[in-house]
Amino acid sequence: MILNASGCLDALTAPDVAAQLDCFVTKTVTPLPRGGNPPTRIAETAVGMLNSIGLANPGIDRFLAANLPELGALGLRLWVSVGGFSAEEYARSCALLDGRDEVEALELNLSCPNVEEAAESAAQIVAACRAATTKPLWAKLSPANWDIAASARAVEAAGADGLSLVNTIRGLALDPHTNRPRLHTATGGLSGPALKPIALAAVFQCRRVSALPIVGMGGVWNGRDAFELLAAGATHVALGTVLFGDPGAPARIAHELRVELARFGLAASQDASGIAHDHALSFQPPPAS
Amino acid sequence: MTPRREQLRVVGNEPVGPYTLLRTARGGVAPGRPGQFFMLEAPGRVLPRPMSLCLAPAGELAFLIDPVGPGTQAICALQPGDRLHVLGPLGNGFRLDVPRPLLVGGGIGIAPLPYTAQALAARASGRGGPPAVLGFRTKEHAEAAVLLPGAEVCIEPTYVTALIPPGLDVLACGPEPMLEAVRAQCPGSQLAWEAPMACGYGACYGCAVEIDGELRRLCIVGPVLTAPGSADRAAAPAPPAAAGEAA
Repeated sequence: MILNASGCLDALTAPDVAAQLDCFVTKTVTPLPRGGNPPTRIAETAVGMLNSIGLANPGIDRFLAANLPELGALGLRLWVSVGGFSAEEYARSCALLDGRDEVEALELNLSCPNVEEAAESAAQIVAACRAATTKPLWAKLSPANWDIAASARAVEAAGADGLSLVNTIRGLALDPHTNRPRLHTATGGLSGPALKPIALAAVFQCRRVSALPIVGMGGVWNGRDAFELLAAGATHVALGTVLFGDPGAPARIAHELRVELARFGLAASQDASGIAHDHALSFQPPPAS
Repeated sequence: MTPRREQLRVVGNEPVGPYTLLRTARGGVAPGRPGQFFMLEAPGRVLPRPMSLCLAPAGELAFLIDPVGPGTQAICALQPGDRLHVLGPLGNGFRLDVPRPLLVGGGIGIAPLPYTAQALAARASGRGGPPAVLGFRTKEHAEAAVLLPGAEVCIEPTYVTALIPPGLDVLACGPEPMLEAVRAQCPGSQLAWEAPMACGYGACYGCAVEIDGELRRLCIVGPVLTAPGSADRAAAPAPPAAAGEAA
């Protein structure tokens, strides 16, 4: 299944792009409306992009009343990304979304690098949300966490149904003339090709300790990149920064992935999931001389 | 007009002062309305760059580009026969149904004005093109005025606002301080703003500008906005600068 990374596509302004996906994930919705961070919000780097949008969104009440019916009318499979500034806020939004048939699953944004974090741990937030909804819960984790596998185990124990790996990682770019940060908030979230090896490592490590399904994302630019995330242990793949330059990327990458699967004699995405581990496990070091 | 993304062949690359006029085959990409913009693939870079259309020769699209950063430099290095992806036309262009148009351009902000002048001239049915006033930083930059024959030109320290006669319907593009000055001097002006932009089609939320106290996406509400003071539309602040080019 190919999805978009939350925050990288607006299905209401670009329905043709969303329609190429197997499932659309909304921008993160917070309890109260947020205008987002002041400009400048984005900056390109050598092999990536920094963003500091700051979770601009209409707030859960207006989202439920206005955006969700419009999104529902598009006929897409729909996941809603949920954010908050305490476990209670996350849980309240999950409860409000619980009865909405348009929504297939909820992704908990536990890792936005551009806003203040909730005081509770990811596992505590997942536990609070688990009590508030029966919808599938996907926990989106930060690659900044050195022991992301420990987080994966913790959110699994707290009731998560899946892992979304990874969010952006904090970065900084300086203006070559003024030597000041190029983003208004100084630092932002790094995405694009620079993030791919980091995402691969996170997926690989989490697959080793958890049997939860994984949406792998970070720097996917082509079918080979998608294939590698599957091989590292993802069961689904999401596209982010690539969508900005290529609104045809979902259809293109789905085709390229099929070609890559066929190259290895694999019939479907699930056949590729985790194959990098088989190789790792079957590797025998040469005998000591 | 539905935007379309296509890989187009470069058919020309000519210096215009310090700028580059890049011409591509048009393919199935429509030139759109004057003031609309296109996302041009920047070879070797992560993000495309937003550019307004400068001219629409038969079967071609032409973009005037200032090579100020790695992306625009990569685009300007393209040679005839090379190919690049182009998405567009995007955003809202200039309204041409104004009785007494005056084109006002500053620096690379001249880019959308030649195509705009041609469209206005076509509407004027033989009564000629609109008057234009242009301001540039140096004599070398002012060589770009060749793209708008008949324009009145000034060079700093004289600013283009000194050349704007009262009572005309201003259509302007240029750096932000120039647009702010034009807005103050000529309420109701149509101003083409710029903002860093990753996608151009409403996905990235990177091009936010503050309008009436609210952050809005310039690619959706602009890049041409009408300054307060006109009867039809009231807006404030951006063709756009790409994410990597502002510096």
